[in-house]
Amino acid sequence: MSLLSIFSIAGSALSAQSQRMNVAASNMANADSVVGPDGQPYRARQVVFQVDPAGGQAAGQEIGGVRVAGVIQDSSPLKRVYDPKHPMADAEGYVNMPNVDPVAETVNMIAASRSYQANVEVLNTAKSLMQKTLTIGQS
Amino acid sequence: MLDRLNEDFRFFQQSLALRAQRQEVLSSNIANADTPNYKARDFDFRTAMQNAMDAGMRLPDTQLTLTSARHIPAKAASPGPPELLYRLPYQPSLDGNTVDMDVERVQFADNTLHYQSTMQVLSGRIRTMMAAIQE
Repeated sequence: MSLLSIFSIAGSALSAQSQRMNVAASNMANADSVVGPDGQPYRARQVVFQVDPAGGQAAGQEIGGVRVAGVIQDSSPLKRVYDPKHPMADAEGYVNMPNVDPVAETVNMIAASRSYQANVEVLNTAKSLMQKTLTIGQS
Repeated sequence: MLDRLNEDFRFFQQSLALRAQRQEVLSSNIANADTPNYKARDFDFRTAMQNAMDAGMRLPDTQLTLTSARHIPAKAASPGPPELLYRLPYQPSLDGNTVDMDVERVQFADNTLHYQSTMQVLSGRIRTMMAAIQE
């Protein structure tokens, strides 16, 4: 428990936020993917964050970084678009499109990048503090 | 003599240690700004410092040896790390997260500044002692 653990805390947040950004990018890219690898339309995915406390801390006093507990699929209904000429159209002429909400994904992306920046700032501050601590009492 | 030096620096050492710990707590808050149900933590620096300085006045960690079943166990133990409290949410969010990024960032910057100023003072102190030794 020292300034050094700030690196692991902020570092875990960096990787978690970048994974969130990855997922948002995947959702955006596949906003129109009618067929996924399983033959079904693409479903939007969301990351779930969880606190990742370092071991050896008193109960109820844990602090720690963050980790991605899992990537879940959005279960909201798929968008149905009327397009009888589409090869994937069903008997009624409707095509199931992914349930990606581009606006929400954009917001998600911005939020993730802001959080990422905040943690980079934390990392830089911790670094400069450590450097100053190393030169304590000199000159 | 060295004991005196140690005693002289102890205040700053304690202060730096607590500042570093607070820095860590605040960085944990910032890292978990998007974690559902995470509650922002912090501790009161003044109280923690007071406790730490009071602990210095007391006996070091000791425990009485019990040689009879009728002896009363007694020990002097120093208080543990400062107790982490929960921040009162100003604008609680829907996912149960109470991290307010603005507050955390301000506190983080404030703590950084305090850490640096403590270090500055300690550096000056060390330099004074060095000068005294070398004269």
